[in-house]
Amino acid sequence: MLGGRPAGVSTLQFAMDDADGVDTRQRLVVVGNGMAGARVVEEVLERGGGEQFAITVFGEEPHGNYNRIMLSHVLAGEEHEDDIVLNSHDWYADHGVTLRAGVRVMRIDTHAKVVHAADGTTTPYDQLVLATGSRSFIPPMTGLYSGDDELLPGVFGFRTIDDTRAMLAAAAEHERVVVIGGGLLGLEAARALQGHGLHVEVVHAGTHLMNQQLDPDGGAILKQSVESLGIVVHLATRTTEVVGPDRVRGVVLADGRVLDADLLVIAAGIRPVTEVALLSGLEVERGVVVDDQLRTDDPDVYAVGECAQHRGELYGLVAPVWEQARVLADLLTGTDPDAEYHGSRTATKLKVAGVDVATMGVNRPERDTDEFLVISEPRRGVHLSVVVRDDKLVGATLLGDTRKVAFLTQAFDRGTPLPAERIRLLVDLSDGAEEVGVAELPGDSQVCNCNGVTKQGICDAVAGGCGSVGAVMDATRAGKGCGSCKALVKQVVEWAADGDVTEDPSASWYVPGVPLAKPALIAAIREQQLRSVSAVFAALGPGGAEDAKSKMGLTSLLRTVWGAEYEQENDAKFINDRVHANIQRDGTFSVVPQMKGGVTTPAQLRRIADVAEKYEVPMVKVTGGQRIDLLGVRKEDLPGMWADLGMPSGYAYGKSMRTVKTCVGTDFCRFGLGDSTQLGIDLETRFQGIESPAKIKMAVVGCPRNCAEAYVKDVGVVAVGNGRWEVYVGGAAGASVRKGDLLATVDSPAAVMQLTGRFLQYYRENANWLERTYDFVPRVGLAQVKAVVLEGSPEVLADLDAGIQRSIDAYTDPWGQDGAQPATPGQFRTALPLVDLPKVPVR
Amino acid sequence: MSLAHSDAPEAPTTAPARAGTPATGVSDGPAAPGPGVPHVVGRVDDVPPGEGRAFVAGGVQVAVFRLRDGSLHATQAACPHAGGPLADGQTDADVLVCPLHLFAYRWSDGVSTSGAAPVRRYPVHEDAGRLVVTV
Repeated sequence: MLGGRPAGVSTLQFAMDDADGVDTRQRLVVVGNGMAGARVVEEVLERGGGEQFAITVFGEEPHGNYNRIMLSHVLAGEEHEDDIVLNSHDWYADHGVTLRAGVRVMRIDTHAKVVHAADGTTTPYDQLVLATGSRSFIPPMTGLYSGDDELLPGVFGFRTIDDTRAMLAAAAEHERVVVIGGGLLGLEAARALQGHGLHVEVVHAGTHLMNQQLDPDGGAILKQSVESLGIVVHLATRTTEVVGPDRVRGVVLADGRVLDADLLVIAAGIRPVTEVALLSGLEVERGVVVDDQLRTDDPDVYAVGECAQHRGELYGLVAPVWEQARVLADLLTGTDPDAEYHGSRTATKLKVAGVDVATMGVNRPERDTDEFLVISEPRRGVHLSVVVRDDKLVGATLLGDTRKVAFLTQAFDRGTPLPAERIRLLVDLSDGAEEVGVAELPGDSQVCNCNGVTKQGICDAVAGGCGSVGAVMDATRAGKGCGSCKALVKQVVEWAADGDVTEDPSASWYVPGVPLAKPALIAAIREQQLRSVSAVFAALGPGGAEDAKSKMGLTSLLRTVWGAEYEQENDAKFINDRVHANIQRDGTFSVVPQMKGGVTTPAQLRRIADVAEKYEVPMVKVTGGQRIDLLGVRKEDLPGMWADLGMPSGYAYGKSMRTVKTCVGTDFCRFGLGDSTQLGIDLETRFQGIESPAKIKMAVVGCPRNCAEAYVKDVGVVAVGNGRWEVYVGGAAGASVRKGDLLATVDSPAAVMQLTGRFLQYYRENANWLERTYDFVPRVGLAQVKAVVLEGSPEVLADLDAGIQRSIDAYTDPWGQDGAQPATPGQFRTALPLVDLPKVPVR
Repeated sequence: MSLAHSDAPEAPTTAPARAGTPATGVSDGPAAPGPGVPHVVGRVDDVPPGEGRAFVAGGVQVAVFRLRDGSLHATQAACPHAGGPLADGQTDADVLVCPLHLFAYRWSDGVSTSGAAPVRRYPVHEDAGRLVVTV
């Protein structure tokens, strides 16, 4: 049972008048324990209704209340069913609410004010709320039932957790499914079942998919996106017959075609459940008719949610239901006796079969004076439209790209002013359009996810006197985690300060502690022959002062400039570079031996296994870079491990060239067009350990299937046949995801090596500290990169070649070097914990 | 001055590492009440210029730093923010920076410039090449 409770735990009864045991509270009965019914109870309790009402909830399903919207995620296997429970049985007990789960209500005697349930019980009420929701609409078809109103085995609705469980069980045993209904629910079911490996066909009676929400053009583009996932779509046809007889074998369409199927999922819309209201003599049209106070024609009976018909509208989305629940709770508890519900403007944002969709209001112009703007990019699967009436947004449909949804929702809900250039509603134009994006962010929206800094937090810092982006970042730590939000932080600061931002002079500096941009800094280092970090500070730091946070960047730069002639100072290195391992959250380290191109041998694996056991390594993990990571290593064990491993460092800790992933290329792969494995090994051999402004990850793949993800690497190489190789730069699949830019197509592995070296050196000399190639390449522009590394003068190219060669020549394996002879006393002494201390409770 | 001597262990005794447990559950030890007791924790040469090393002084874990200007500083060994090993941090004349999340602490008063709780400082001095920490 979902959201159930252990047997034997009794419900907490809550009596107001303990003296004589008589409950003097009014009796509130809610019929229906779905999202609407439970929400009404929550809202009532929130207003102190627990003291006014003894609440009883009837639920036809045996479960607690769960999030029906998430059923498609459960079906897709993305959520566990336990995770969609909103109110467990315990919740009802804890709040003194009597839950009659699994008990169906037959009718209400509105004169006697008694509820008759299917189990023969009667329950008196003072106030009653109908929240019976809706059920799947099952269109008529021949052969759908196997006698007695039982659906033929293999036929499913998609409405409850039990439907979902049954479908999951069936999906594991069968191969072909037909989904009836190309609306939201049908497409979600189709996508989820396809994820379980089933062949999926969707049969939709309308002329385009999601015809409730999308116009025909948008529907056509969605169809294309859905079909590209491998789902077959049949439009404008009905299913007339189910082929049986023992279980589903297929379906017959109106045009006579027969589709084979082991499963049939019916998602052809929903219908309000109104039987209880009808049998109780309440007014029912399409749904249970209610007034602005959500009252039926009986003054003590209310209706909310999908079963309620308000001003002629039925709502199937959750937001209007929440609004109704709030109004009803205000009325029932007397919190606001005049509360009224006036209908909802429905806006929704969802993901249908992997495609982002957002809709609000109308989806096409309705009057001659309506403005209608459409941007349609079928090739990208993007279709955007807005309808503007009297300078107000009355509708928007976004398919495939919902970046503007926050702004449009606000304009739609609040009628905020629209930009005169209507196209700005749908796309960001370059001049200042970002301000709109920032202004529309709610205050509590998180800007920096790493450090949990909200827009309001940044605004407060600005109001508190932080006059520059750097000052705000220091004060709030925004942008100081992974750094991917820095651009947004800057925008928010500029917006909050209303343009009154002090230009951060330090923004252009290579490191905060030396007031010089990178080119000037390099020139000064060369000119004054500064070979150590302390020498740089003494000559160039303000007042000759050191800066702790600048040391790491300067160390990297000096190694780039001087190669082997750099004067090593261990204190100027980050701990990772001091001990050649990556520090972990508990102060231990991770050890990743070099495994060029991700190729290893049984002997290497055996050695790694022996070392892992000898040093009690708590976790051995295969990394994303095709190596093996030994995690949780004590600092003092590092030299011993290196000696026992007898393998060079994999540089999995530095701002340096880390790894070259490869696919199996031509040796074994049936599809390989080039020997990617060997080229990857050669690249890693040549560029191993090269320090750079930020880490560098590479990959080489033997064909465009991209099995080693070369398109999203700092340098990615792709064999395209006939001995030719594409070289991509500036790709990323980390905090940002970006496909690399094609730098050039060359015709030999040697040319790949040379071009890679030139690009790396250009990047090393020009990128800011910690600026990854995926920021660097767009910043300077691909054209500029090409102009230098492809079309540069012979002198420029010779300089690049010499620069990278200097660093290649300076390479020594740090494990071999420091393992034998520590660089400083106590280099590998533990820093934590030295002794077993009595553990005290953390305050 | 009488010195209570506690040997800095040759090979530090470390409990086997458990995966992913930050040192927040480990106390940095009660500081002795009153003026404190001096402990010789090792030799000044044990701490390379600009770096830090961890020691035990009277049962309390401390991180001792020797800056490039020759000055000595001592703090609690675990970062107040998330238990990071401060002795592995980077330093300059003004601050100590924890290696885990780069929170910085001022030598002058222990206050964090990045919004964390302040770090506890201990008096430290050199006595004929010996490193003396008062806890």
